[in-house]
Parts: sequence; structure tokens; C-alpha cells
Amino acid sequence: MIAEIGHFALILALVLAVVQGTLPLIGAWRGNDALMAVSRPTVAGQFVFISLAFACLMYAYVVSDFSIANVVANSHSAKPLLYKFTAVWGNHEGSMLLWVWILALYGAAIAAFGGNLPPGLRARVLAIQGLIGVGFLVFLLATSNPFLRLDPAPLNGRDLNPLLQDPGLAFHPPLLYFGYVGLSVAFSFAVAALIEGKVDPAWARWVRPWSLLSWSALTAGIVLGSWWAYYELGWGGFWFWDPVENASFMPWLMATALLHSAIVAEKRDALKSWTVLLAILGFSLSLMGTFLVRSGMLTSVHSFAADPARGVYILGFLVLVIGGSLSLYAWRAPAMRAGGRFRPISREGALVVNNLLLVTGCAAVFIGTLYPLILDAISGDKVSVGPPFFESSFVWIMAPLFLLAAAGPLMAWKRADIAGVAQRLTLAFVAAAVAAILLVAIRGGPWGAILGLTIAAWLIGGVAAEFFERVRLFRVPLMDSLRRARVLPRSAWGMSLAHAGIAILIAGAVGATNWQTEHVEVMQVGESAHVAGYDFTLVSLENGQGPNYDRRVGEFRIEQDGELFATLYPEKRKYWVQGSDTTEAAIRTTWLADIYVAIGDPAPGGGLAVRIYHNPLVPWIWLGTLIMVLGGLVSLSDRRHRVGAPNRARQKSGPAQPPQSADSQGSI
Amino acid sequence: MKRKNRRLLFVGLGLAALGLAAALILLAFDDNLVFFFSPTEVEGREFTAEQRLRIGGLVEEGSVVRDDDGLTVRFNITDLSTAVAVTYKGVLPDLFDEGQGVIAEGHMLSGGFVANEILAKHDENYMPREVADALKKSGQWQGTEGNVGEEAEE
Repeated sequence: MIAEIGHFALILALVLAVVQGTLPLIGAWRGNDALMAVSRPTVAGQFVFISLAFACLMYAYVVSDFSIANVVANSHSAKPLLYKFTAVWGNHEGSMLLWVWILALYGAAIAAFGGNLPPGLRARVLAIQGLIGVGFLVFLLATSNPFLRLDPAPLNGRDLNPLLQDPGLAFHPPLLYFGYVGLSVAFSFAVAALIEGKVDPAWARWVRPWSLLSWSALTAGIVLGSWWAYYELGWGGFWFWDPVENASFMPWLMATALLHSAIVAEKRDALKSWTVLLAILGFSLSLMGTFLVRSGMLTSVHSFAADPARGVYILGFLVLVIGGSLSLYAWRAPAMRAGGRFRPISREGALVVNNLLLVTGCAAVFIGTLYPLILDAISGDKVSVGPPFFESSFVWIMAPLFLLAAAGPLMAWKRADIAGVAQRLTLAFVAAAVAAILLVAIRGGPWGAILGLTIAAWLIGGVAAEFFERVRLFRVPLMDSLRRARVLPRSAWGMSLAHAGIAILIAGAVGATNWQTEHVEVMQVGESAHVAGYDFTLVSLENGQGPNYDRRVGEFRIEQDGELFATLYPEKRKYWVQGSDTTEAAIRTTWLADIYVAIGDPAPGGGLAVRIYHNPLVPWIWLGTLIMVLGGLVSLSDRRHRVGAPNRARQKSGPAQPPQSADSQGSI
Repeated sequence: MKRKNRRLLFVGLGLAALGLAAALILLAFDDNLVFFFSPTEVEGREFTAEQRLRIGGLVEEGSVVRDDDGLTVRFNITDLSTAVAVTYKGVLPDLFDEGQGVIAEGHMLSGGFVANEILAKHDENYMPREVADALKKSGQWQGTEGNVGEEAEE
């Protein structure tokens, strides 16, 4: 019964989505207010019905209703409760349901917070959201129905893939989808603007909070997946340039570019059609990401069944959405009037270069990810493109971006003075020089690592220089500076945080890739290994049981110069139902490096294979990303994004405002 | 600067960036493509010791032997008509097992294939698509279509 309610709710939601996707469009075209007004109740109805369907599926998982095929395939009565919840989206059908639910949630949010949107624009945006919803709901109902019954019902299920029974991965898909689907809002705004033939600063101001939200969620989702891969796969790496990782990374790069170009569209009324194009490309890539991963079109470490019906539908849908929106763009974009002019050396110019680099970097990732697919289709040759490709192309395209990120925020709009900017970057030059000298003296190499960390230091220096200038540190009394920091626009804080975060992330990634120490050996109980200045002793090995698995736990005593540093308990689990093994690495961090121990198989002569890693700067990767997400959220809380807030900053703080406030608010 | 010149400068800058990126990408492609072969395709083909390649198939039943050092593993990858001997030193992934699908990446040397990396997929029902194709080519495919590339989640 519950399953049928869920199924029926989905059908009702589809009907509502069809109405939402058509009538308001006609209404906006004909200027009919009644038809335009249809969008809000249908959006609300859609949200209610999809929520109901989602709740039904979740209920079926929690009570282990094994008459539903989806539950049988992905759950088991002995599974811990948390994973009964999260298994709902740990499979193709459920994750598609999550996708449409988030889409409906965003639709409802636009309707709720879009009170100050012009009615025509709002109707069109909601209608485009409705049409995307139609595409996904038809896909769900026709090819991926999560509510299909099984008769007779088996006594128990086949359990969730043990690798997914992990808190880190449990919340990775929802966050990632919040990011993916959030880009649909920018897309809908872009298509609506193309239909209207008008993009103005107000439009950019509406698009930015949605892009920020989606960017923050995407950042958090990607890093959660990366963190999971780091501790769960037991290989000590954090990013593998796996097609599935790339599929989420490409929309992120586009969203980052979009955030920056929308600043120019909002502040200077320029780069308008480019911003619209980025919004379209960003969502197209996130659609591709969802489908490529979910359909198994990418042969990768993790992908789904290639069901022909699904594949054909997906391809058709992608062609329709991407082709349709790009055609509309080709037709309407030339009509858009060019806005504010600027010199090449200016804030706008810097943001244009930022966009060029991000899009080029995205293209490199795109080629590396899809080339094997294309070659296979054309010649049948099977190839794989590994990390070295991305390290020698993408990384070099990004390096100038990080150099620029320090200088860009110090440039004035319209025309900037290079000498002045260079002078204000003194702190960055000093930071970079000090870092380079210290690194050469202490570590001596490899030179790629020194270069990378020097760039990170340069960026941190640049961020600090810009921030200090805003609060006029050391030029006015300290209390004055503190007050200035307090009244600084949240968006300025957000930009400083995000840029500082990326600098820390770069440092972490560079250190981790270049300075990792790996040690693999077979250890008997009582034996010791010496790695990176620490002594690792295998004290004991014990077998035990978890809620739905057997485990072997090793106890490692780690000493530094004869003193106890830590005791770690890495595990190897064998899950009962699926019979598969997972590795649970044990990690102790010093904030400068991770000590990482994983155990493997028993050796024939007794003892077992042990992998020990010393991973310098890895914690900075997580810390940096966290700061970036924080920056996104702080920026999102800027009063100018809030509903009904006046667009101008508070007047009473006038004298205390940073010197170039009118100029320099254009930050993330 | 005149408006026209400025636009030209922008376009030039963009093209230069794209050209540089294209050059980087092509250079990177040159060395970093790894081709995939089935055991039958490996037979009778010449490989240099520097060439990285991937071989995929099933781990032959009863072929897995561990050396006394506990880390070196020898096994055969088979497409059920031809088998290739593989040596790997290191810790095997969790899902490596006899009779299961596997992909080995490494170099073909005189004594056989020396792998630096072993990829076994996340699910015991899962068969890497290349492996399934390799089995189909050798006429030994018996699985159902539904299982190919099937696997849970990312």
C-alpha cells in the first residue's frame, strides 16, 4: 500500500510538472496573469507529492519491506538504521528520486523567496524548472521506478554495498545533488532571460545567491567524496582523476566561473551573454555528470547498470536540454546589448582571464574524461587516461589562475594601474619569497612541490594584503580597523575566506602528492617498522564482530623517539550478506601530516600485509575546503541577497566604510 | 586604445590561452594514454618494456600463488581461451579473488606481465565492461547482459 501511494504521488507530481512547465510559459507570452499565477501552486503541489513519494520509499527501507524490489536489492534487515535511511539514495532509482525531490525543493524555494521577481520572469523560471522536472519524472516512472513490487517477496534483502555503509559516503550524494540541482536554477534563469531577451544587473543579482548555494553544496559534496576515498579505499590518496570524480568536478569548475562572471554582470552590466552561456554549460555538465555516473556510460571504479532503455532516454534528454538551450542561446544572445566597457587591465579584465582559465581547465578535464568513451565508439580501442594526463595539463592551466587570484581583487573596476597593484601586493611577494627560501632550505625539493607551495603562499599573502587594505590595518588605530572588519560586507568576507581556503587546499594537495611516504611490508605480531621518523609496532591482532560484519583489528603502537605518539586500530571487515571486504584505515593527524595505517591480507607464512603512509599536509585539503564552503555561506548571508533587503549598504556606517566600497564590493 | 583594438587584444588573449591549453593537452595525451588488451590480444603482439598497458579478464581459478615474502602475488588473467601470467608486488584490493573480474596495469616484460596496479571492482557481481567485452570476443561470455558494469553507487 505504502509503495503504491508513493508511486501514485510521483504520477501526480508528473501531471503537476506538465502543467507547471506549460501554462505559465503561455501566460508569460500572452501577458495573462492568471496563467502565470498557476506556477506557484503547482510548484508547491509538486514539492508535497515528491516529498510524499520520498517519505514512502524511506519508510519502506526503514521497516525493511522486502516486497519492493529496490529495497531487496539494497537493504537487509540486519543493517544499522542509519544505513537503512541512506540506502534510499545509495542506488540508481532512489538517487533519481532524491534528484527530483531536490529539484522540487529548489522550485518551492524560488517560489517562496522570489516575491520580488518580476512576475513574467518568475513564471518563466518556474516553468523551465517544471520542464526539467517532467524530464526526470518520466525517466523515473518509465525506466527507474523505485516502487516496483516483487512477488513472491524474499525473506531478506541483498544488503547495501558495504563500501557505502559509511557515514562519509552516506551524505555525499545529497550534498552533491544539492549542488548539481542548484545549477538548474541558474539554468532556468538563463533560459528565461533568453526568452525575454533581457539580461540586466538585477537578473545577475537574482542568479548569484542560487549559484553560491549550489557552489557551496557542490564543494562540500565533492570533498566529502574525496575524504571518503581517502580513508575508506585504503590507498592513501585523496583524488584519483577517476571519471566519476571528474564528472562532479566539471560542473564545479563551471559554477566557479559562473560565480565570477555574474559579479561582472551585476556590478558592471558586462559579460552578460557569457554569463548566460556559463549558466547553461554548468547545468549541462551537471546533467551529464548525473547521467554518466548513474548510467554506467563511464567505465569507472564506480558506476551503474547500462540499461539500453535508460541509455537511450538519457541521451535523448541530454540532446534536448543541451541542444535546445544552446540553440536558443545562438538565436537570442546576439540581440543582447553589450554593457559597461573596460580596459584589459581592470577588475573585469582579471575576471575574464579567470573565466578563460577555468573554462579551459574544464575543457582539459572534459577531454581526458570523455576521450576513452569517444575512441571506444569510433575505433573500438579501449584506453584509459590516468592521473599523469590531468597533472600535466589541468594543473598547469590552473597555476596562472592562482597567481591572478591574489591580484584581481586589488584591481579597480574599468581601469587598473599595474604598478599600484604590484605595490599593494608587497605582502604577497614577501610571503612567496619567504616560503620559497624556507622550502628550499628545509625540504630541498622536488621543485614542483616548491613551486606549488610558493604559489599557495603568494595567494595567502595576496588575500591578506587585500583584507588589510580594506580594514586599513596599521594606517588607522587598531580599534578602527576592527570596526571596519565588522562592517565589511559579508560578500567581501566570503571572498577572502574562499580565496584563503583555496590557497590552503593547494598547499595540501601539492604536499600530499609530492611528499607522501609509502611503506608496504608483511608484519608479524610484535614486529616493528620505521617510517618517516616514527616506529610502528604491531602489538596485537584480534578478530571480532560488528553489527553486520566480521572484523580483524590490528593494534599499532606508534612511537616517536621512544615516546608513545599514538595507538591506531586499522580494520579489515568482511560483510556477511555480500561477502565482500572493506578496509578501514586508521588515521592520526598532527595537522601538518597524517599517519595512516591500513591492514591487508594475511601472508602465507603468518603475519599480514600492512600499508603505512606518511601523508604531509593532507589535513590542509579538508581544512581549506571547509574554509571555502564557509566563505560561500558567509557570502550568501550578505544582506544584499536577502529578501526585501535594500540594495544599498547601510548609510550610517558611511564614514567607516572601506575607501573603495563602491568599487570593491564585487567579491564572491 | 581604440575599442576595436581592445576587442582584438581580448580575442588574441583568448586564442593564445586556448592554443597553449591545446598544446598542453596534446603533449599530456602523448605519454599518458594506456591501452587495454584482452589476454588473446596480448598474444602475438610486441610490446616495449616502456609501454604501459592494461590487461583485463578473469583471475584464473587455482592460479593465485603468494611468494614467501607475503607481498608478491602471481596469478593468471584469462579470457577463458588464453591466459597471461601476471606478477604483482603489493597489497591486493579488497575484491580481488579467483574467478572474479580484474584489470592489471603495468608493463609486458620478458618474464611475463608485471603489474604496478591491480583494479578489482567494488561488487562481487560486477564485471568491468572491458572484461565482459574481452570474454565476449573470445566466445566465452556466459553472463547476463544485466550484470555488465552493474554496481552500486559511486
